[in-house]
Amino acid sequence: MNMALSFVKDFTLYAFKGGRMYYAWLLFLAFFILVGSYTAYIQFTEGLIVTGATDQVTMESFFANFVFTAHIAAAAVLVVAPGYFYHRKDLKELAVIGEIIAMVFVATGITFVLFHMGRPDRTWHIIPLIGYMNFPNSMLSFDTIVLNVYLLLNMIGVSYILIKKYAGTFHEKQLAIWFKPIVFMAIAWGPLIHIVTAFVLGSNARVGMWATAVLPFAFLSMAGASGPALVVLIFLLLRKFTDLEIGNPAIDLMATIIAWSLGILTLVFASEFFTLLYPSTEHAASLVYNMFGHKGLNHYVPFFWVTIIALLSSFIALLFRRVRHSYDRWLPLVCFVVFFAVLIEKPMILIFPSFSPSPLGEYTEYHVTLIEFFNVLFVWAIGFMSLTLMLKGAVGILTGQVRHHSAPAVSPSGTQGGI
Amino acid sequence: MSEEKIGELKEANDVQQGRREFLKNVCVSSAAALVAAPASAGTVAEASNPDADVTVAEFFQGNFVLMSDEEKKQAIARLEKRYSAQYKKKTTVSDTAAPDDVLFGYALDISKCIGCRRCVHACVKENNQSRNNPEVQWIQVMKMPKGNIAFTAENLDKGYPEKSEFGDFGVQVGGNAYRTAGLSTEDAQNYYNDELVPDQDFFYMPVQCQQCEKPPCVKACPVRATFRDHAGVVLIDYNWCIGCRMCQLACPYHARRFNWAEPKLPAEEMNPKTHYFGNRPRMKGVMEKCTFCVQRTREGRDPACLEACPVGARKFGNLLDPESDVRRVLSTKRVFRFKEEYGTYPKFFYYIG
Repeated sequence: MNMALSFVKDFTLYAFKGGRMYYAWLLFLAFFILVGSYTAYIQFTEGLIVTGATDQVTMESFFANFVFTAHIAAAAVLVVAPGYFYHRKDLKELAVIGEIIAMVFVATGITFVLFHMGRPDRTWHIIPLIGYMNFPNSMLSFDTIVLNVYLLLNMIGVSYILIKKYAGTFHEKQLAIWFKPIVFMAIAWGPLIHIVTAFVLGSNARVGMWATAVLPFAFLSMAGASGPALVVLIFLLLRKFTDLEIGNPAIDLMATIIAWSLGILTLVFASEFFTLLYPSTEHAASLVYNMFGHKGLNHYVPFFWVTIIALLSSFIALLFRRVRHSYDRWLPLVCFVVFFAVLIEKPMILIFPSFSPSPLGEYTEYHVTLIEFFNVLFVWAIGFMSLTLMLKGAVGILTGQVRHHSAPAVSPSGTQGGI
Repeated sequence: MSEEKIGELKEANDVQQGRREFLKNVCVSSAAALVAAPASAGTVAEASNPDADVTVAEFFQGNFVLMSDEEKKQAIARLEKRYSAQYKKKTTVSDTAAPDDVLFGYALDISKCIGCRRCVHACVKENNQSRNNPEVQWIQVMKMPKGNIAFTAENLDKGYPEKSEFGDFGVQVGGNAYRTAGLSTEDAQNYYNDELVPDQDFFYMPVQCQQCEKPPCVKACPVRATFRDHAGVVLIDYNWCIGCRMCQLACPYHARRFNWAEPKLPAEEMNPKTHYFGNRPRMKGVMEKCTFCVQRTREGRDPACLEACPVGARKFGNLLDPESDVRRVLSTKRVFRFKEEYGTYPKFFYYIG
């Protein structure tokens, strides 16, 4: 118990220690949290009318962002899996970073869902026994279960590794008997949350664009692209600003995963677009609307082409060895583009255009309101704030700077202090 | 505890009483006041605001369908109290069950419908929808172009691909393509604003909840707030709905409406005869939709939209009763179901003449 308390204390103290840049970043996020608390208050008192959603386009950007956070959370297993499946020693050391990313973004996704709900105060209605869960009929009940279990698995994994390392008792051969099963379950669970989230959308026969068998494949390949893109950016930042040693091979593996995820994504898009556009039945209406607009409604058109071109050119760029090995210029740039392209793809290609035409033939443009926009930033800011603090503390433990006083001494891997 | 008794207690304790005794009495009398309060708040005029304990109890209320009879009674009493206070008129909330051996069905003659939208407004009035900004309407009337305006001679020479220097490949898409004719949602106008109806070049098709036998919305609800009752009507427990809108996503008829904001229902326009699953006033953030006027039809009356229809295009009744209007329509007319390909088996039928 004492150990846990001093762990929390040392971890928190270290997480809040940093240089000027570090505090500037935290302040930057705090600004959006401050503004967001006000806009969130407005939304929770006025109702969802303050968002751009209507009965025609009933999912707002919160839902779109939720799908994206599920991408990131699911893809974090790509950091964990190579270590445990292929015994990549360098990535096994970094597995905890992947688990932290998964944990934080699942939590962020759940927060987005709360923003999406009309009555967040009634969330308890879905808890079995005190409420009623329509299991196994409703796909949303499946999603609720898998998301929360994934959150739990990662929380267990992260705290076990960090506390063990903090106490200096983390030895490969002497891990708790339940730890490996938990890690492997978390690895399997990553794709699972994603497939279930795809089914939540795909189960709606009336939204033609979602009722497609390639949706889970599209989701997984986009997860494989956007998740590792964030991981590469985090790895590059960590090794630049902290003492944590991250070798090039780890980053190269991530870059390869991004490249081939984008490759698969290209095929998924191509087959989807062909199947819809060649016969051009009513199922193609949403896609045609997205690509070319409809009778002067062409809000989504530029987003569609910019996103598709960005994803395609990132794929081609990553095929070049020079780009993949350009750790301080091209690789982060491409990762940045991939991350944002997939982020924009969610509302502007996946969610909003799919609602037009509506079942009664209405075409609607979705315009994100300012309050909604700040609420989205609010949730992202909370997510990135927790991610930053968690990673900072974890780096302190991984590099041996945060240790329990009883822990055996280790030689610090660097001489510089902190960020 | 009555007021007199408290008075006696107070008198009995004279000045000599200790501080402790005094405190005890304060507690007793305030407890008595609490007990007395609901009794005096029985009349409508006094209670301008629903009590906090009503709100709290409503918050912890369970799923109505799964409640015990006693809990149901309490929930109804709470709601009646709250609505009566809020709208300043005696409001009844019924939970009448549907009669046995009844399966409600509806039939609508699209050749008679003139698109006047009286049904839409009668529905809004009857069912206590939000009145303005936004006005929530459960029935949407589609105005669709007749086939006679779909084809023109000037499009004869147009077509794709056109003859060009690359050669003549034959017209594969005729010039009169991309124009809808007949029953199609593609060119339907849902917000027409005509002074006179019907427009000669158009026909009309009202769409509301189709009360599917295999409703995709019920399947999608994660908390079983929406369900199918034994008379085949899909209903919503407004107090149990969490506002996730999965049902709205699942519905292929655009029948469900969400309360994006607190509904604006002026007290003087409020219909005080309500049903728990029907027209009782809703709150923000919950779903609502056509219930076949559950508050009327469970008592043997016709839905409000039917009563409002000036041309008699709407028929309602028991699908199990061979003498009912709906059954007669089904046996004598050419009937179809809207979007039958979705496999939802609606109990709302359209027919022609």
